[in-house]
Amino acid sequence: MESLSISNPSPSLLSWRSKVGLVLSSVGFFILLLIWFSGQSFSNWKALMVSFLLMGFGIRIFVREEYSRFPGGIKNNGVWFRSLTARGIWGWLLGLILTLFYVCLYWFPSYLVGLIQAFEGLSQSLRKAPADAWFVYGSLYTFAVVIMGMKFIYKYRHQRYQQIRTWSVIFFQLGFSYLLPGVLVSLQQPELYFTYFWPLSYANATPATWSWQSQTFLGAFFFFFGLFLFFVATPILTWFFGKRWYCSWVCGCGALAETAGDPFRHLSSKTNAAWRLERWLIYGILGLVVAVTAMLWINVYTDRALLEESSALFYKTYSFLIGGLFSGVVGVGFYPLLGNRVWCRFGCPMAAWMGIWQRKASRFRITVNGGQCISCGNCSTYCEMGIDVRQYAQRGQDIVRASCVGCGICSAVCPRGVLRLENASGDILRRGKDVGIIHVPSSSVGVL
Amino acid sequence: MRVIIIGNGIAGSTAARLIRKQSDHSILMISEESEYFFSRTALMYVYMGHLQAKDLYPYEPSFWSKNKIDLLHAQVVELDVVNKQLKTHAGQVYDYDVLIIATGSIPNQQHWENLQLEGVRGFYHWQDLQYISANSEGLRRAVVVGGGLIGVELAEMFHSRQIPVTMLIRESSYWSNVLPREESVLVSNHLKAHHIDCRYNTSLQAILPDESGRCAAVRTNHGEEIATGFVGLTMGVRPNVELFRSTGLEVDKGILVDAYLRSSVPDVYAIGDCAELKYPPEGRKSIEAVWYSGRKMGETVASTITGNPTEYQPGVWFNSAKFFDLEYQVYGTIDPQLPEEIDTLFWTDGQCRSVRINFRKKDQTVIGFNLIGVRYRQEVCEQWIKEGTCLEQVLEQLALANFDPEFTPEVESNLLAIYNERFNKQIRSKSKRDLSSVITFLKKKFTVL
Repeated sequence: MESLSISNPSPSLLSWRSKVGLVLSSVGFFILLLIWFSGQSFSNWKALMVSFLLMGFGIRIFVREEYSRFPGGIKNNGVWFRSLTARGIWGWLLGLILTLFYVCLYWFPSYLVGLIQAFEGLSQSLRKAPADAWFVYGSLYTFAVVIMGMKFIYKYRHQRYQQIRTWSVIFFQLGFSYLLPGVLVSLQQPELYFTYFWPLSYANATPATWSWQSQTFLGAFFFFFGLFLFFVATPILTWFFGKRWYCSWVCGCGALAETAGDPFRHLSSKTNAAWRLERWLIYGILGLVVAVTAMLWINVYTDRALLEESSALFYKTYSFLIGGLFSGVVGVGFYPLLGNRVWCRFGCPMAAWMGIWQRKASRFRITVNGGQCISCGNCSTYCEMGIDVRQYAQRGQDIVRASCVGCGICSAVCPRGVLRLENASGDILRRGKDVGIIHVPSSSVGVL
Repeated sequence: MRVIIIGNGIAGSTAARLIRKQSDHSILMISEESEYFFSRTALMYVYMGHLQAKDLYPYEPSFWSKNKIDLLHAQVVELDVVNKQLKTHAGQVYDYDVLIIATGSIPNQQHWENLQLEGVRGFYHWQDLQYISANSEGLRRAVVVGGGLIGVELAEMFHSRQIPVTMLIRESSYWSNVLPREESVLVSNHLKAHHIDCRYNTSLQAILPDESGRCAAVRTNHGEEIATGFVGLTMGVRPNVELFRSTGLEVDKGILVDAYLRSSVPDVYAIGDCAELKYPPEGRKSIEAVWYSGRKMGETVASTITGNPTEYQPGVWFNSAKFFDLEYQVYGTIDPQLPEEIDTLFWTDGQCRSVRINFRKKDQTVIGFNLIGVRYRQEVCEQWIKEGTCLEQVLEQLALANFDPEFTPEVESNLLAIYNERFNKQIRSKSKRDLSSVITFLKKKFTVL
């Protein structure tokens, strides 16, 4: 590989205005860290507002400078040269801070007391309830989705598909995963998240959840709503649109990945080994969550005779390893190291379920425009799910992969306009293979 | 049987892959430039920081050994077609039964003085990229000579590193020897919007040195001197065939080959940029230095060598490129100047999108599509052109061709409106822009065959 390398440009490719933007948002971020680490001594809502404003304005300045001086287009210049986006020192530092935050959030919320106090006012005005670690998390999460979502929309101002789906994730995150649960709390109703359901929210279908949700009409409705979405709506919607209807249009995890995580999408591994690991892990976890849930219910129906100890332990282990460690710490904390869709690709049982449908029974696929591929590798590099899109494109083969979340970035970055996301039932059984290959004889499509 | 391929570009690598797919021949692929096949067209993205160098490999390094395709990173210095042998710079001798020459191109040069100065280079090989990269540090302005596809790539590369660029373009607008006037102006304006300093009707007269042996400036034919630390020479490419001129092979501009891509010597084939067709198919050039032709020739020669003699039939011409943010696609025949017997239907938004459909005046059969910022399906356009479909039918079905991402505003109705006004007609769109309709449309072709 040594023969294939060029020296990175040594002066930063950022103009002074971009640097001002980055410095301002870094100061804002630093104030946030200060509120967090100094405990109660620096904690107040004014400091928090200053932090948010600085981050927001800083990013706005950066966006204007980076994206708006020239006509709309693909803006990936220097992605592999910058410390933050190419696993340099800033990337590692950000990963460390995010990881630390998640560790505190899941297991040591008392270390977040400074943040919790700073959010007290906001929590009272939205929810009429005191702030807690999870409200802090939800607020920061939503802020990141909205601000970085705006950045993303501007970055892709020449592509309506990108803009519309990003407005969609912002809408669902802000409305259904932040404001609505807050309003429900203020109305003394259960805090419900209508865009997450079992098995992604593994607690949603447990006997314990049922026992408290069944006490109110809304709670009971939500319980069955989740099951309906999983068993009925998901297969139907996935058949029509592929799993993208959820992963890159609705889901909150997807929302963060597509917005705040976008600068790290190229870091996903494209190796075959990673693909093998993906299949083992994601279906393994789907199996686990089914087993855990089933055990809990069996336990109830056998009057806790059969599985009392083990089912509770199993559940606890799952929530520690998968719910906390994997989806949070690794899933988001490692954005700057492993890419922005680690959880979605390797862990999410909801994604596994939709992936099965997408692979076996969906109209969705990415089609290839004849023999136009020049094997440049932009599609594969910028695939956040680590799909080696080029392998398909260069032999003119439709891309039907369980993991594809339909973000459409492969199609956007392709310099020859070779890829298109499509839904069509016309040739659902043959997947367009006979017409997808014009310049390569169909007999030559195979291993080679 | 021992097959040796000189050159591991798209032509050579495609030939190697498909020979392996269809036979058990022993295959050795030799390259002077790089250990593994890489995507030449994507070199620019490594410089711009979009890709890592290893992302240029279309196949993982293990692919070649797994498929028993032997690779040799060496320079061939001698070819003996009588004894069927070649010799590398290290003095090793290799015997072959069949030789495929796929040595690609080298940048064109003219007889300027001072070409040997530091900071003067073409852009074609991996080594050129390394050179350009090493010479970009502290560069205050780059001059690109030539207004073609490689020139605009080079301009975009420097632009990505915020190095000001001056382009010396002989013609009166960008690539106007290929693009029709309107498209050429569209791209020229786009370059301007990126602050590229384009000097039209301008050519290079001299490269001026400084005292340390680096280039310091260029002088144009207008006598103007432009200070620069780097001069990129991008006046097109020519076949890389010097080695073969004295070997007994018939060589003109490239290695002359027949319809089966055979050279004048038995068992020696030439494919890709370095091959010159003795009898090019109608409407095609004898040398086509493009990725797609190289690949097609690789496929063709692989069939021939594995016992299925196949004539090179490139089919309907197509090509694509990207000028900064403007994607470009062409299908069929589009002349820069409209021939007498051809008419054209053209729409543009004046900024970043345009569609041109050329057709014969006498029967209105469609012969070519030229697209900027709009993606059309190759299979659909190809079929219309092959079948000599008339313009009116194409316009009614035009939505079938659209390959733009979902939610992209459609442009087809604009063309219909222009047509209706010009020819005083009332035709309407009869097709939908969805894949099912396209598949139905294309499947008709399969049943006909």
